[in-house]
Amino acid sequence: MAGPVNWISQITSITKFGLLSLPQRRGAVAATIIGIAGVVAVLVGVLSISAGFRQAMSASGAPDGAIVLRSGADSEMVSGFGRDETRVIADAPGIARTTNGPLASAELYVIINLPKRTTGTDANVPLRGVEPAAFQVRDNLNIIRGRMFEWGKDEVIVGQGAVQEFAGLDVGSTIKVGRYQWPVVGVFTANGGIAESEIWTDAKVLQPAFNRGDSFQSVSVRLTSPSTFQQFKDSLTSNPQVSVQVIRQTDYYAQQSSRLTLLITVLGYTIAVLMAIGAIFGALNTMYSAVASRTREIATLRALGFGRSAVIVSLMLESLMIALVGGLIGGALAYLAFNNFHTSTMNFQSFSAVTFAFKVTAELLINGIIWALVIGLVGGIFPAWRAAHLPIAAALREL
Amino acid sequence: MSEKPSTNGALVKVEGVDKIFHRGSEDIHVLTGLNLQVPSGEFLALMGPSGSGKSTLLNLIGGLDHPTNGTVTVGGEQVNQLSDNAMAAWRARHIGFVFQLYNLMPVLTAERNVELPLLLTHLSHADRKKHVEAALAAVGLSHRLKHYPRTLSGGEQQRVGIARAIVTDPTLLLCDEPTGDLDRKAGDEILDLLQTLNRDHGKTIIMVTHDPHASARASRTVYLNKGQLSNEPMK
Amino acid sequence: MKFLHLIWCNLKRKKTRTSLTLLSIVIAFMLFGLLAAIQQALVGGVALAGADRLIVRDKVSIINLLPQSYEARMDRIPGVDFSTHQTWFGGIYQDPKNFFMQNPVEPEKFLKIHPEILLPPDQEKAWLETRTGAIVGRRSAERFGWKIGDKVPIRSTIWRQPDDNATWTFDIVGIYDGKDKGTDTTPLFFRYDYFDEARQYGKGQVGWYTIRIKDPSQAAEVAKAVDAEFENSPNETKTEPEGAFIQGWARQIGNIVLIVSGILGTVFFTILLVTGNTMAQAVRERTGELGVLKAIGFTNMQVVVLVLAESCLLATLGGVIGLGLACVIVPLLAQPLSGLLPLFFLPVRALFIGLGFCIALGLVTGIFPAIQAMRLRVADALRRM
Repeated sequence: MAGPVNWISQITSITKFGLLSLPQRRGAVAATIIGIAGVVAVLVGVLSISAGFRQAMSASGAPDGAIVLRSGADSEMVSGFGRDETRVIADAPGIARTTNGPLASAELYVIINLPKRTTGTDANVPLRGVEPAAFQVRDNLNIIRGRMFEWGKDEVIVGQGAVQEFAGLDVGSTIKVGRYQWPVVGVFTANGGIAESEIWTDAKVLQPAFNRGDSFQSVSVRLTSPSTFQQFKDSLTSNPQVSVQVIRQTDYYAQQSSRLTLLITVLGYTIAVLMAIGAIFGALNTMYSAVASRTREIATLRALGFGRSAVIVSLMLESLMIALVGGLIGGALAYLAFNNFHTSTMNFQSFSAVTFAFKVTAELLINGIIWALVIGLVGGIFPAWRAAHLPIAAALREL
Repeated sequence: MSEKPSTNGALVKVEGVDKIFHRGSEDIHVLTGLNLQVPSGEFLALMGPSGSGKSTLLNLIGGLDHPTNGTVTVGGEQVNQLSDNAMAAWRARHIGFVFQLYNLMPVLTAERNVELPLLLTHLSHADRKKHVEAALAAVGLSHRLKHYPRTLSGGEQQRVGIARAIVTDPTLLLCDEPTGDLDRKAGDEILDLLQTLNRDHGKTIIMVTHDPHASARASRTVYLNKGQLSNEPMK
Repeated sequence: MKFLHLIWCNLKRKKTRTSLTLLSIVIAFMLFGLLAAIQQALVGGVALAGADRLIVRDKVSIINLLPQSYEARMDRIPGVDFSTHQTWFGGIYQDPKNFFMQNPVEPEKFLKIHPEILLPPDQEKAWLETRTGAIVGRRSAERFGWKIGDKVPIRSTIWRQPDDNATWTFDIVGIYDGKDKGTDTTPLFFRYDYFDEARQYGKGQVGWYTIRIKDPSQAAEVAKAVDAEFENSPNETKTEPEGAFIQGWARQIGNIVLIVSGILGTVFFTILLVTGNTMAQAVRERTGELGVLKAIGFTNMQVVVLVLAESCLLATLGGVIGLGLACVIVPLLAQPLSGLLPLFFLPVRALFIGLGFCIALGLVTGIFPAIQAMRLRVADALRRM
């Protein structure tokens, strides 16, 4: 076989012939491209659900944030503290302090019924009663419409996710809490995090509405730095006055969403794998027939002296190019259809609604392209191998 | 659908037939005012240069195509007037085709290939098998029942083709260059077979060929040139 | 059926190509089965809801408790047969991952209002005689290896006993089965009287009520009457038919049906293309042979049917294998998924729908090639050979 330059020029020629003959085979080629595009679009779409959910979760926790629950409680909902206990917690070492006091917010967490905009059926929407420090204990909280609620007044602000998903939360409307009607005065964002699924108000105002006396469910704090977490935790767990568990904010949110994330990820990948296998068979089919229809042409090239490996490589290149086009189209479709698609689901662990948006990340798109190329590779290699090894004389005679 | 030959003895009557093909904006007159009569029991050879319309004429007689003008009558039945479905049924009963390239189904064995026309009848599985075995015996291929076409020689494949053509005991055998793809020896065997079918079994055969060696076996030869028939070859 | 041999042999023609198409179809129908099971797990409960049952909960929030005293008031409302309550216990057995429901109930009324729960009479008797007794569904019993007579400790995340002990111990006195395939047999039920006496706080309060109504067609009216009864009370109620309640719950999970349909739609569309392409190619390659068949005397309609039969046979074969594989795989997945999706099975209805799709797939992929075959002019076809 002649040197590498010759080899490359052989590959170029064969590939060129192949591309020139594409219009003749356009039906089969189009079918493959659409098939691969479909697989990639579904794959990226389904996985964008878990990517979006995870992003919402991770945007929720600050690295120097911590949350304190009653020991034995597996979520805020079932936890409970009296006022005294919350004071003990707020006095613990490791918490950042300002002139107004420790950055600790004792909070109440309940659910109220509100109809979903899309279906009109009820959803369990989280309603959180907070203390002033709540806004410093979490990152990136911004009022984007209306105004902040006044402390001590029966008013609420709602998260951007909540107002998009549930009816009756626009600024100016009122929500029914028990026998009370509270006006919605503002909308806030929280960098896409979980807080955007919630409705917030003053804890002191929420307590009597839900007959909670002077009790709370959790205390969220901001530490002086992420490294003071251990100190903070140890001081509380060894304190006989309180019976608590201390968790980093980031860990808490990860825990809370673990079941849902697992479900979505497992299902997503299972579906994706099955679809990819189906697509590989489809691609194999197309490539086999593509090659079969050019048996005589390929045999002629080989009779003329083009090498086996050049034939294989150029057929593979063709398959990969077709797959790449399919992958790009699929990725684009997924992006247009799914990116930032807003929805809500129920977090089994806390019974409450979680709003989030699908996210078609760059990583997903790249994965999608890689899937497409793998399909093209597997689908192309066997037919290419076969074409290159067919006995030339027999192939020349084939009609 | 009459099976008896028509009263004036001609099994096939072609009268005033024109055949015009339209290719784009052009009109190609393949056959013009053609007349032909073939009596029952004749072995007719149809010769002429390529493009003279021999196969077209054969197709018209076999009901595979309609004449532009004129009539084609076979066994008293006016073929050109039949609907597509009626023609198909008529063909199944009355015509056996033998092709130059055998046209066997590669996915079927010899016996299954021969059975194909019988699938259109109401015969039982056992009866069909009997007819198939008889047909293959008549062409001398009883020992090749279960073979696929790719394992048979050219001559053997053509004999299977003939067996398929005769398995329904048709009125008329139409052969389009039956020896065209065979060497001299295999070709001779096929021609022997056709002659036997004609002389000993009374089959009417119309054979298109360009080989004078083949046409010598026929009882009569007509020549087709530029859409016109004559009894003499063109100079 | 004598044509079956011909159709089958034609499919065997290009073995590689046919096998690959077949495999794509198999995979597509496996996915169909899997997604049908997922859809059933997430939203299938609605179909099994009792038509004669209403669910009553706190109007403001599902986590608010209702007074036990409501029961007597509800029983007096016209149209109500009787009512009983349950409460969310929120318990964990050994590991939070072993999630399943455990609720305190009034045993006799509970069994009466849920006829789909099948408990042998002697076990029911034992339950009524044992205060700390609990019955558990067959699925959870098998999962944890529990037998009658076992003592099971469950730690509640919500309720504590006087000594601040969050771990409650129950005696397994019965194992129940579900009447239908879709009946949930994971929950554990124990006695309310034991629960109410032992709990530290919240005494006399329950989670929600189930009402059995005398006439299912009166569901909406009775529901309104119940809510009217408790209007202006400290705890206002929201009453709705059990089916609506489950559906609302399922809708919170998300528009599962839409997502599943979307995925399936894409999958089938892709398969359609692949199979359609194969069929079209197959027919194109056989133009000459189809011409011969017509020459022999096959009518146009017969040729069309031949092509359609081929595509339908291919689609149905692939579909049956795919659905069969799904039937095998779904039960295997049920155990590992039981924490997330307790009721994971393939409903029979889906199998029939799947078969319908097979035929449809066969027809749609075969129709264009079949029409092409039909339109074939014999003379042209023979010449092309």
